[in-house]
Amino acid sequence: MPSRTTLHAWLMLTPALVLLIGFTHYPAVATLWHSFFSTPRANRPARFIGAENYLALAEDPVFWQALWNNLIYAGATIPLSIGLSLAMAIWVNGKLSGRTALRIAYCTPTVLPMIAVANLWLFFYTPDYGLLDQITRALFGWGPTNWIGQRETALGAMIAVAVWKEAGFFMIFYLAALQAIPPNLYEAAAIEGASRARVFFRVTLPLLGPTTLFIAVNAVINGFRLVDHIIVMTRGGPDNATALLLTVIYDLGFRFWDTATAAALTVVLLVILALTAAAQFLFAAKRVHYR
Amino acid sequence: MILTRRLALGGLAAAPLLAAPALRAQAPVEIVFNYPIAVGGPITRIIDGYCEDFARANPGFRVRPIYAGSYQDTLTKTLTAMRGGDAPHLACLLAVDIFTLIGEDAVVAWDGLPGAERAWLDSFYPSFLENSRTGGKTWGIPFQRSTVVMYWNKEAFREAGLNPETPPADWAQQVEFASKLTKRQGDATGQWGMQIPSSGFPYWLFQGLTTQNDARLMNAEGNRTFFNDPKVAEALQYWMDLSMKHRVHPTGIVEWGTTPRDFFERKVAMMWTTTGNLTNVRNNAPFPFGVGMLPAGRRRGSPTGGGNLYLFKSANAAQREGAVRFAKFLTTPERAAQWGIDTGYVAVTPAAFETPAMRAHVAGFPAAAVARDQLEFAVAELSTQENQRVTKALNDNLQAALTSRKQAAPAMADAQAEAERILRSYR
Repeated sequence: MPSRTTLHAWLMLTPALVLLIGFTHYPAVATLWHSFFSTPRANRPARFIGAENYLALAEDPVFWQALWNNLIYAGATIPLSIGLSLAMAIWVNGKLSGRTALRIAYCTPTVLPMIAVANLWLFFYTPDYGLLDQITRALFGWGPTNWIGQRETALGAMIAVAVWKEAGFFMIFYLAALQAIPPNLYEAAAIEGASRARVFFRVTLPLLGPTTLFIAVNAVINGFRLVDHIIVMTRGGPDNATALLLTVIYDLGFRFWDTATAAALTVVLLVILALTAAAQFLFAAKRVHYR
Repeated sequence: MILTRRLALGGLAAAPLLAAPALRAQAPVEIVFNYPIAVGGPITRIIDGYCEDFARANPGFRVRPIYAGSYQDTLTKTLTAMRGGDAPHLACLLAVDIFTLIGEDAVVAWDGLPGAERAWLDSFYPSFLENSRTGGKTWGIPFQRSTVVMYWNKEAFREAGLNPETPPADWAQQVEFASKLTKRQGDATGQWGMQIPSSGFPYWLFQGLTTQNDARLMNAEGNRTFFNDPKVAEALQYWMDLSMKHRVHPTGIVEWGTTPRDFFERKVAMMWTTTGNLTNVRNNAPFPFGVGMLPAGRRRGSPTGGGNLYLFKSANAAQREGAVRFAKFLTTPERAAQWGIDTGYVAVTPAAFETPAMRAHVAGFPAAAVARDQLEFAVAELSTQENQRVTKALNDNLQAALTSRKQAAPAMADAQAEAERILRSYR
C-alpha cells in the first residue's frame, strides 16, 4: 500500500496531469491512432487501413509543395524575425528621445489580431494603388506588381507579414534581457579598449543566449503555426504557392472533411516539430550559458 | 400583411399537431438558424428584422439567427457542431454543398414535410432549383441567390468613344471594347479594360466563360466532370489571352475582394462580379455605371451562385414545422422582392418580380432586372460529390494557367485527372 506521502504527491499532481493528458497527450495519441484508419462517412464507418493515409500523402504533390514552401517560410521567418527584433531592441535600448513612443510603435503589430493584420496587408499589397506599389513607384519608378497574385512573390509577401507581426513580440524579450546585463561588464570592456563590434559579439550576444534560445524555439513553432494571414489573404493560392502544412491540414480536415488524412499530416507535422525542438535543446545544452 | 396572416392561418390549419392547445400553451419552439455573415451591417439588421416579424406572426415559434462568418466558415461551424451533437436546425449554406450535406447525412429533404406543398417548391426560378434538387428531392430552398453580371463605367466608355449605354454583346466585342478602354503610358497601365477575379473561387467566374462556350462542367448526379472537353480549354485560353495576348486585363491572379474597389478607383472599366455587389456599387461608384448580362460566346451564359436554406436532421417535428413556415415566410413574393431591393441578391421567384414594389424598383433602376433576365441562360454552379476537393483541383489548375505555369489544355487535363481520381468511388 502506498504511503500517505505518495498519495498526497499524486493528489497534488492530479490537476496538472489531467490538463496535460486532456489537452496535450491524449489528442496527440488519438491523432496518431486515427491516422491509421479511413475517414468515417455517413454509411461507411472507419476501418483500419495501416499506413495507407501516409502513402496517399506521399503521392500528393500538394503535400510536397506545402512541405517545401513551409521549409522556405520557416527558414526565412526565423532568422529574419530574430535578427530584426534584436536590432530593434538594441536601438530602443539606447539613450534617444521619444524612446517610449518608439517601443510602443514596434510593439503595435504584436497587439493586433492576425486577421486584422492580414486585411491591412491585403490593401498594402493591392496592385497599383496599394501602399507598397505607391512607395515603389515613388522611389524606383516601378510599375504595379501583383504581390500576392503571382507565384514568384506570393510566398515572400506572406513571409514579410509574418516577420512584421513577430519581430515586435520578440523585441520585448530582448529588451528585457538587455536591461538585465550588468553595466560593469560594459565598463570593463571599455577599459580594455574593446571595439563596439567586439563588445557586441563577446559580451552582449553570449549573455543574450538563454533569451535567444527561448525566442528561437518560439520562432520555429511560429514558422509552422502562424498561418492565419495566409488563410485570409491567399487561401494557399495561387496554385498552392503559399500552401503550408497547417493550411493543408485545415483544407483536408475542415474543407474536405477527410479527417483521416488530416490526422496523418498532423502526425508528420508533430514529428517535424519534435525533431527540431530536440535538435535545438541538444545544441543549446552545449552553447547556451545560463548564469 | 394580409398574405402573411393567410399564410400563417394556412400553416396552422395544415398543422393540427401545433394547433393543439396543449402545445400552444408551452414556450415557443426555438429554431437555431446559422447564417453566413462575416461582419455586422445592413444584412444582419434585415435578417434580425425578419426573425422578429416571424415571431410576431407566429407566436408559437422563435427563430434565433447565429451569424457565422463566410459561407465556408458557416459550413465548417455547422458540420463541426453537428459532429459534436449540437447541430443547428436551419442554415443558409452554399447551394453547391448539397452533395456534401447529403453525404454527411446532415440534412432532410423539404418534400413531404407538413406545409411544404409541391406548388411552393415549384414556385422558384428553375435555374435556382437545378442546384437545389437531386434524386427527385428538394434539399435546399433558394434564398440568398446570385449570378455573375458585368458592371461597366459609363464615363470611361464615353471617353473611349464607345456608346455608354451598350455593353459588349459577344466575346470579340468584349476584347475590342476592352482594348479601347485600356489606357497605357509606356509600361504602366492607368486603366485596364476589364477584369475577371481569379482568387479564392476562380471556377465560379470561369463557369461563365465555359457556359458561354457551350460546355458543361459536370453531370446532374455530381459524380462526373468534363474539364477535359476541348471547349473548356478554349474558354480558359480566351481568359488567358485577355491578359497575355490582348493585354487588356491585369496579369496574374486578380483579387476578388478588391475588384469592386478597383472599379471605383477607375483602375478598371468593366468588371465581372456577383449581383450581390449591386448595392455596394450603387452606393460607392463615383460615376454613372451600367449593369449588363455577360457577353455571349457561342451562347449567353452564367452560373447561378449563393445560398439555400437547408433543414437539419437535428430538428424535431415541431421545429421542422416551424422551419417550413419560416422558409415560406422568407420567400413570399413581397418579402423576396424587398430582400432583392435591399441587397441586390436576385429575388427567387417570378412572382416577386410581379409585385408593385419590385415593379417600381425596376422602373427606376433597370439594372435590378438584369440578373433576372440572365437567369434564362443561367446554369447550375459546379457542384459534385466531394465538392470542395473537386473545385480545388479546378481552381489550382486555373490559377496555374493564369500565372503562366501551365498551358490551357494540359491544365484542364490535369484538373480532370484529379477529379476522376476523387469521383471514381462515387459511380
